[in-house]
Amino acid sequence: MTSINKPAVRHPSAKKNQIGLSRADYEGGMSTLCAGCGHDSVTAALIQSFWELDLPPHRAAKMSGIGCSSKTTAYFMRQSHGFNAVHGRMPSVTTGANAANRELTYIGISGDGDSLNIGFGQLAHAIRRNVNMLYVIENNGVYGLTKGQFSASADLGSTSRKGEVNEQTPIDPVLLALTLGATFVARSFSGDKAQLVPILKAALTHRGFALVDVISPCVSFNDHEGSAKSYAYVRSHEVETVQADFVPLRREIKVPEEHEEVTVVRLHDGSQVRLRSTTAGYNPRSRDSAYRHVQACIKKGEVATGILFIDDAGRDMHDMQRTVPEPLTRQPFELLCPGSAALERLMERYR
Amino acid sequence: MNGVNDFAFKSATVNGTGSASANSLLMEAIFRMGIPVTGKNIFPSNIQGLPTWYEIRVSGEGYTARPPMIDLVVALNPATYAQDIASVRPGGYVLYDSSWPLDPKLARDDVTLLGVPLGAMCREAFTRDRDRTLLRNIAYAGALTALLQIDMAVIEQMLNEKFGRKKALLEANHRALRLGYDYARAHFTCPLPFHCAPLDKTSGAVLMDGNTACALGALYAGATVGAWYPITPSTSLMDAFKEFCQEFRVDPETGLHRYCIIQAEDELSAAGMVVGAGWMGARSFTCTSGPGISLMQEFLGYAYYTEIPGVFINVQRAGPATGMPTRTQQADLMSMAYASHGDTKHIVLFPADPGECFTLTIAAFDAAERFQTPVFVASDLDIGMNDWMIPRLQWDDSYRPDRGKVLDATALEQLPKFFRYLDSDGDGVAARSLPGESGKGAYFTRGSGHDRYGAYTEDSAAYADVLARIGKKLDTAAHALPAPEYLRQDGADVGIVHIGSTAAPVREAVARLRERGVTADVMRIRAFPFAPEVRVFLERYRSIFVVEQNRDAQLRSLLAIETGVRRDQMTPVLDFAGQPMTADAVVSAVTSHLAGVSA
Repeated sequence: MTSINKPAVRHPSAKKNQIGLSRADYEGGMSTLCAGCGHDSVTAALIQSFWELDLPPHRAAKMSGIGCSSKTTAYFMRQSHGFNAVHGRMPSVTTGANAANRELTYIGISGDGDSLNIGFGQLAHAIRRNVNMLYVIENNGVYGLTKGQFSASADLGSTSRKGEVNEQTPIDPVLLALTLGATFVARSFSGDKAQLVPILKAALTHRGFALVDVISPCVSFNDHEGSAKSYAYVRSHEVETVQADFVPLRREIKVPEEHEEVTVVRLHDGSQVRLRSTTAGYNPRSRDSAYRHVQACIKKGEVATGILFIDDAGRDMHDMQRTVPEPLTRQPFELLCPGSAALERLMERYR
Repeated sequence: MNGVNDFAFKSATVNGTGSASANSLLMEAIFRMGIPVTGKNIFPSNIQGLPTWYEIRVSGEGYTARPPMIDLVVALNPATYAQDIASVRPGGYVLYDSSWPLDPKLARDDVTLLGVPLGAMCREAFTRDRDRTLLRNIAYAGALTALLQIDMAVIEQMLNEKFGRKKALLEANHRALRLGYDYARAHFTCPLPFHCAPLDKTSGAVLMDGNTACALGALYAGATVGAWYPITPSTSLMDAFKEFCQEFRVDPETGLHRYCIIQAEDELSAAGMVVGAGWMGARSFTCTSGPGISLMQEFLGYAYYTEIPGVFINVQRAGPATGMPTRTQQADLMSMAYASHGDTKHIVLFPADPGECFTLTIAAFDAAERFQTPVFVASDLDIGMNDWMIPRLQWDDSYRPDRGKVLDATALEQLPKFFRYLDSDGDGVAARSLPGESGKGAYFTRGSGHDRYGAYTEDSAAYADVLARIGKKLDTAAHALPAPEYLRQDGADVGIVHIGSTAAPVREAVARLRERGVTADVMRIRAFPFAPEVRVFLERYRSIFVVEQNRDAQLRSLLAIETGVRRDQMTPVLDFAGQPMTADAVVSAVTSHLAGVSA
């Protein structure tokens, strides 16, 4: 995974967030992706979200697998530990890391091949465990690093650059996550920062598994007319369902100009996400209607974006495991090892 | 064999009918009489309805290997009558259920048949079908108590301990026990020529299986994350760990857990979780068996190259493929030692019995963190699932985990700059930082090529530099891992090398070889990569025998690869049929080879 060191340029007048960091402090290495890659826009949106959330970089862990998308964790938050796992296995590594230290913010970045082909099983089970993490799929329907093979999210009938037609049905990560019981499901488009940033912030603050599927066109292998994941296609077919306006309580609460049909979602850290449905009657708390809505859009050839489902009362992995609140990595050895007297008593059972 | 405190018997039953409790009752009673005893459970990969055997060896001399012959068989499974009766030594005994006639064709002139109407007696004494089936086992235990002169008071005491509060059950068990006992006393000469006589050789010992002992090791080593996928014969290990954690790791005030046990969706994921938790700084482990090791290969190579600690307990079973899941082997040696693609080498520790399952599991956690690498504990089904007589486990309260070189926030602050893979003191191990501590310790963990500073590289020299340093680290480890154990005799000119559970048959074989004029020294290797003294031993003797439980002489191959000693200078003694090895197998292989050499 290539990266080039980027000089950290900090202008003295650059705006600081509440922990005294400028946006540049959330940057990472120079991207080595193709010029114009959607993934770089996602990186920019992530940096903006972290900065706005006052996230201390060293309290986050950046997790990824293999592929173009998985390279991007090197392009933000250079002061965070990063983990570039084996292909498709980022969910299990994150699950183990989170089990050991539940205090960190886990940022998982994956792609459609990494999540829906080789890592399909791991993604499914991380959702079921409700591992507390942000899980971004930078979804372009194509394998970039190996030069243009279809991934499992390639649309039926879409053509590759070489003219091959995809005849296999696609896997929609949003429908998958809704089916598997994910507690936060959203979709956006890499080129729509205004929508993506609030979604990412809401996802980062959600306690539990937050899936954000980001359609992120591949400029080298999929940004052409036959592809349903090209810039032109998505821009013309995007249907925004729910607009998220994320407002942490420690900042001034902005009341949206249009505040009819607003759903307020309280997140675990006490902050709130305000969801505005642009479709009359849309309920982001109903798994059933979210499912129906996404499918209805697919039938119309449209892409449902926005926060599609939230369950802020879901039990995360640690709730289910009944783990102590302090990270397991910080438990004093005396509380872990029962000691010699206990062992002596134990031995009586084996006589 | 076949004298006082020197005999073996086995029960042949159908699995799922409750014979396990009768067998453990007998074994524990003999143990409580102070007589060394071993049990081998030979069971099917099935829940109910297939043949199962339990062999109990009584040995005043303390030999714990699989018995060389069977003096008495309790034949309760008509489906295996023929083979069970055939398995008794000439002059031995067959106890069978005479409620139904035995096919006269099965009788042997050279064995004594002891018919006990177990079924008929239980049918008469008990009304419920369940009792009639289950208590038939206790009735045969009663008959054996009389025939083998097992202390009835001890057995009754054990029943009291087990069923103390369940009065009806206790009474029924006592009654069934008496039925068999009284019948045997009334109809046969009790005791038989071979039987038990109290000794005082078990007071410092316990009866424990290796999976329980590994679980205790993980508990005492301070492991907090266990990730696993159920697979025979390792499953009872994580079950035991969970039970110990429920007893010792639940906060008394909040009821919350100081542990996290995750049943993964497969072994790939279990390995990933171990690696993730190890990276984060927790002591993490998995338990699995051969097929699981195959699935974990990619992550093992990843953890090797990125230098992340983790403990992988492999309770080996008979392979390849699904193989025989309920039979034992030592056939994963190569797949552990060099697991994964590319240049890799892994630390493997070889416990010989449940006692070492405890100590070497703890040693594995220390080695994993000290050398920042995955460490295997190579147990097997025989150690893991059978009850062994071992010295009581001891604990030194001054023990503290060896966390290896870990830089906390304060230490990181004192550095001009932190580089993850920079070996500053030349021992091959670079200091690591844990996520969450300090931005100064941040680095990118990557399985792709990296240089000593932790940066991505495709530069040949920078890449080779790191790979060579990791190789050196494993060389360093060889000096620091548990040393081989020796059994030496004056004038020995034969050397026997082995690992793990073959300790019991080898020890017995050495005594029997001596009776035949062959004086052998033994080296039991306890760790891979091998300590330098391993080569010294291999070069010292006229003949070297390598005893192991696989077809391809994998231990011999490892010795040849790693020490440079020629393969043809080491004679393999192999048993890969899936049963625990007997001393006979070792004795006959050694003597026949030596006879061939001198002829």
